[in-house]
Amino acid sequence: MTIEIPLLILLVMTAAGAILVKDLISAVLILGSYSFALALVWALLGAVDVAFVEAVVGAGLATVFFLLTLFRTTEKDTVIRRPPVPWAAILGLPLLGMLLLYGAGDLPVFGDPTSPASTHISPVYLENSVDQTRTPNVVTAVLMDYRSFDTFIETIVIFTAGIACALILRKGDK
Amino acid sequence: MNSFLVFVLFTLTALMLVYLYRVVRGPSVFDRVLGLNGISTKAIVLLVVLGSMFERVDMFVDISTGYALLNLVGALAIAKFLEERGAARE
Repeated sequence: MTIEIPLLILLVMTAAGAILVKDLISAVLILGSYSFALALVWALLGAVDVAFVEAVVGAGLATVFFLLTLFRTTEKDTVIRRPPVPWAAILGLPLLGMLLLYGAGDLPVFGDPTSPASTHISPVYLENSVDQTRTPNVVTAVLMDYRSFDTFIETIVIFTAGIACALILRKGDK
Repeated sequence: MNSFLVFVLFTLTALMLVYLYRVVRGPSVFDRVLGLNGISTKAIVLLVVLGSMFERVDMFVDISTGYALLNLVGALAIAKFLEERGAARE
């Protein structure tokens, strides 16, 4: 599938640009375009829900939150001073990347019907979810019904984090 | 038909790369903001093209609408930020 390659090039270029750029507001903007590219890759792989979340959270909310953080910092904090890259990182990180590629070589091909992911439990969900949960969307049925405790506790974690942020950012009485 | 859609997809991605050059290099912050806006409009169109390739346009139009709305919020936040400060810098 050759359509992915230009999008993946775009993804790598935006990621490198966000790291290499000199000041923080530019890094935030480039990170927004990185999220756009990543959401396009998710959409291309058929994970429309993930693409939607990446677009909403990564490109929209994260940019706004980063800018809100930059509002509260002073002028001299927003310019990045970088120490020179150590030799151990230059030598070690390509080795780590090769190790990860070697490990990824064993993964099944995308969309392979005999892979463990599509033979283990996915058929059970696909065949029974409408009868058992009365929900037309399988992803929603898995998230909200089969894994409802997981989703519930995730919601608790996010709620707690939101309360903590609200308490930290509260103005006035100290 | 499908090869035409693939051609459109490649062309739009190449256009995004051109915008990306302006976002990464762009001497002033305004260049970066405009480049990001251009990238996001290309991404919105690209999503609909992907949707017609997969023949699931109804689902992908939802995402692209969400993209467009969120892009508006992000652009407003950036504009507000530049209004308060940052326009004088660089």
